[in-house]
Amino acid sequence: MTRAGAKFWVGAAAVMLLALAATAILKNEYWFYAGFVVLQFVVLATAWNILGGYAGYVNFGTSAFVGAGTYAAIVAIKALAAPLGVQILLAAGIAGLLGFATGLLTLRLRGIFFSIATVAVAIVLETFIVNWRFVGGSTGIQILRPVDTGLFGSYTKMLFLVMVGLSVAAAAIARTLEISWIGRGLRAVRDNEEAAESCGVPTLRLKLIACTISGALMGAAGAPMAVYQSYIEPASAFSLNYSILALAMPIVGGTAHWSGPVLGALLFGTLQQVVSATISSELNRLVIGVMLIVFVVGAPAGIVGLWRKWAAKRAGAGSP
Amino acid sequence: MIQAGTDTGGDALSFELLLDAIVLGMLVGCFYAAVSIGLSISFGLLDVPQVAHPAMLLLGSYGTYLLGRWGLDPLLAGVILMPIFFLFGMALYRGFHEIFEKRGEATGIGSLAFFFGVALIIEVGLIMVFGVDQRAVEAPYIGSSITVGDIPLPIRMVVAFVVALLFTGGLILYLAKTFTGRAIRAVAQDEGALKLMGVDPVKIKQWAFGIATATTALAGALLIVITPVDPNYYRLYIGRTFCVVVLAGPGSMGGTLIAGLILGISESIVLTMFGASWAQAVSFGLLLVVLGLRPQGLFGR
Repeated sequence: MTRAGAKFWVGAAAVMLLALAATAILKNEYWFYAGFVVLQFVVLATAWNILGGYAGYVNFGTSAFVGAGTYAAIVAIKALAAPLGVQILLAAGIAGLLGFATGLLTLRLRGIFFSIATVAVAIVLETFIVNWRFVGGSTGIQILRPVDTGLFGSYTKMLFLVMVGLSVAAAAIARTLEISWIGRGLRAVRDNEEAAESCGVPTLRLKLIACTISGALMGAAGAPMAVYQSYIEPASAFSLNYSILALAMPIVGGTAHWSGPVLGALLFGTLQQVVSATISSELNRLVIGVMLIVFVVGAPAGIVGLWRKWAAKRAGAGSP
Repeated sequence: MIQAGTDTGGDALSFELLLDAIVLGMLVGCFYAAVSIGLSISFGLLDVPQVAHPAMLLLGSYGTYLLGRWGLDPLLAGVILMPIFFLFGMALYRGFHEIFEKRGEATGIGSLAFFFGVALIIEVGLIMVFGVDQRAVEAPYIGSSITVGDIPLPIRMVVAFVVALLFTGGLILYLAKTFTGRAIRAVAQDEGALKLMGVDPVKIKQWAFGIATATTALAGALLIVITPVDPNYYRLYIGRTFCVVVLAGPGSMGGTLIAGLILGISESIVLTMFGASWAQAVSFGLLLVVLGLRPQGLFGR
């Protein structure tokens, strides 16, 4: 294992231990309730970036994959009374399949067609769920949390730890992809797809792999929503917020490196919790829109890019 | 008569309903062409990923609503707004050109995010100023209806149909017959050749994008004439406008009219047969089918 690799895994282990310690020490449930949401966006932003950042294909319909995951979990609960682990796996499978199908349909076309198609998938899927009585239709469905609170004292703490695990897994997957031949191929696709294709890079296959993994991770992040909210309706499961934030977070954080979306999600997710709760969710969206434009215009490499530039300058000034 | 709405069998009553749906669909279809023709220019001809087009449309509707409160007729208000929208479109394109086209990133992730951000700001701005409640305008032709044959037609739909048809037809003629119109279509085909002819392609594109944006003022006025609007309408029209443009085939102006009619009639039939909860998926579903089967559209280059 390389030195950077060892550093990553030590860091990942530290994060998990820290989270575990927090559940033992902190008494106020709110922290875990809010932390769950922030971490869910870490997973979503990381997943979005696998296709959007590495390959340059913009997904406008993250909500389709999150919603698919949530409703896959609901079906797993209603039809099979499945435990949370099975719900997440099933949700990842279904959403991954959805990603694969969407990719197969549109990834041969120019990028914007893929973007528009993802919006279309979100709306069509929501319409089907609205008209599907088994999962509650448009009025929604009540999901009872298991009475057993498990090892961690409360169910919310348990869900929080699950999301910590998913976040670390997502970052690890993104990082592994990034430094592998797949990541190199995807970057070639982003920089010049025609050139990559003519050099023998299997562009379509790479894009399909990225789209499937990205979709599966989004589905996995959506699955615990069923028991987290305990009341699910299509309008919230397919909320536009997912699509907007999953796109804005990596662009602000930086799309070239796996840490960009993580940073963007932690920053934006926390801001979102504070501003939505204290001022208004509209203002929150306005801030997102403005930040999006400021960053694509002024700092296309995001916060990570700015930091690197600053570090390089400092290193340059420091050496004789 | 009560069963008429629920009966989907093959008897005379449901045939009548179907006929009603088709006629109404044709009226709406022409309107869909009018709301999409601007996108057909900006996205279809100029290759600008203008995902904020539907948001501009809503801006047109709300502008009409504002002027309507001073007693101005909605259609007149739409026409008055057009020059303002034209200038805004030119400025927007200039910004887009300086930031992205000069860097050679016209179709990259940044430019998509840029227009997405513009759409978001417009949507949230509308919510903050007008709230999430529906807004409507008043005019003599809104609210009453006439009967043609056996089919009752709301007059506002007929007015929208006529205006949309004249407007779309006029634009198609402009692009086909005038010098500037031809230059706009030329810039879509070969920018380099246009340069050699002594025409600045950036200026032509800027002009064309201004026109594309100006169409949303009048189209937005038609929208609020047809139905009350709220800021979330934006999402629905992403599907409708892009469906029409992709179905027509990017760059095909005449195709826009036919694609609008196809969408209008399909939506209207689904609405009659299966109800409103399915109708909003029609445009997006059709869009997916076209992307899968015939991405170059019906009349694509």
